[in-house]
Amino acid sequence: MTRRRFVLAAVVAASLAAVVFTSVRALTWAASSQTIEVTMHHSRFEPSRFVVRRGATVRFVITNTDPIDHELILGDEGVQQRHETGTEPSHGAVPGEVSVPAGMVAETTYTFSRAGVVLIGCHAPGHYTYGMRGAVVVVY
Amino acid sequence: MSRILRPAGIAVLLVAALVSPAFACAGLIGPNGTVSLVRTTTLAAHYNGIEHYITAFSFQGGGGRFGSIVPLPGIPTKVERGGDWTLQRLISETQRPLEEARLALPAAARSDQARVILETRIDALDITILEGGGAAVGRWARQHGFLLPPDAPEVLDDYASRSPIFMAARFDADAARRRGQRVGDGTPIHLTIPLRNPWVPLRILALGKSANDAIRADVYLLTDRRPALFPILHPGLSLRHSAPASPELMRDLRTDKNMDWMPTTSMWLTHLAVDGAAADFSYDLAVNADGPGRPSRNLGGLPWLAFGAVLWVSGAAALVRRRFQ
Repeated sequence: MTRRRFVLAAVVAASLAAVVFTSVRALTWAASSQTIEVTMHHSRFEPSRFVVRRGATVRFVITNTDPIDHELILGDEGVQQRHETGTEPSHGAVPGEVSVPAGMVAETTYTFSRAGVVLIGCHAPGHYTYGMRGAVVVVY
Repeated sequence: MSRILRPAGIAVLLVAALVSPAFACAGLIGPNGTVSLVRTTTLAAHYNGIEHYITAFSFQGGGGRFGSIVPLPGIPTKVERGGDWTLQRLISETQRPLEEARLALPAAARSDQARVILETRIDALDITILEGGGAAVGRWARQHGFLLPPDAPEVLDDYASRSPIFMAARFDADAARRRGQRVGDGTPIHLTIPLRNPWVPLRILALGKSANDAIRADVYLLTDRRPALFPILHPGLSLRHSAPASPELMRDLRTDKNMDWMPTTSMWLTHLAVDGAAADFSYDLAVNADGPGRPSRNLGGLPWLAFGAVLWVSGAAALVRRRFQ
């Protein structure tokens, strides 16, 4: 019985360690790089969660593998809502806002000046509701 | 042993039905919302290694053009106008009191371009048979005026991994009006597809829908023997009729246009009603037309996890039944 408990505890500990290790790896990768590569696939951002340092200027290189157009908009909830109801046909001039046509690669650069969470969204009709969203956690 | 296996098989069929849609079913990719497909009716008949797939696209008013993408299990050798009364006759047949009721395909094309296999016009419908991967077919659809909803890339890829053949049907509502078609009038389409077993895409019915949107369709199967279906237990799918086709039905169908392929012997008629929320339909209906045996899990688009759940439930059902016998 004691041995069974020990094995169970070992399995739980190993699982937790794997989760922590994976998270730390993701954080380190994003924080130590000024370029983040994002893939748009099946109307999702892959990956969809990032961690960056406050003050970092990050270049996003976005590859759209889908046969439909997407966009990547960085900003808080207000920005996302404005784009959700907006009528701009395409983006590219504003930092952190870029349209990515089907099968194409596009870039945008954004400076994360404040700590907190910056949302990522695609506001092609129905895409945000479908779940095409993500977040960047900005840490000190 | 057979006493255990039989209920297990029944349970497999029942659980499987929880999650299916159908072959005559198409995902509507309409640009302006002024036209919509309502309840779809489809016949997937299988005889002598040939599937005869008949569905109808109904004119629902509005203007402009709208279209549907229908995944196909194989390359059709013939696309023609369907008979005038086949679908209606099937409906009337099964509105009686309810009874208790691959050809090996090449790997999904990975080419950047969809290949147009066949183009034809039937009444106000432009039909194109395409071969290609999900992205290639999606690109073709966009280039030809279809507006793809956000779930289209995943759904098209899913179908292309099983069969890279699609039918694009574009309804010219203006032409339909000029032809005098009224709201509700359907244009039946008959596809002849050499195929070992029919396969009815149901997931495509939910394309572009919200999770709670209602999905309604009727799927009829005509097979030599009582078919095995997979899955068969699904909140939005119910078996409404399963019995030998009556001689009167066989005669009526045989005398319809392009229906002379039907045998003089009897066939088995199955009617499945699709009536559920879009979120329920995440996979398709696989059919083993030869009867006993399990239809292909792969053709039903059933993930291994769900397949395992089905087997677990069927095993549990067998044990329960055994206990109460």
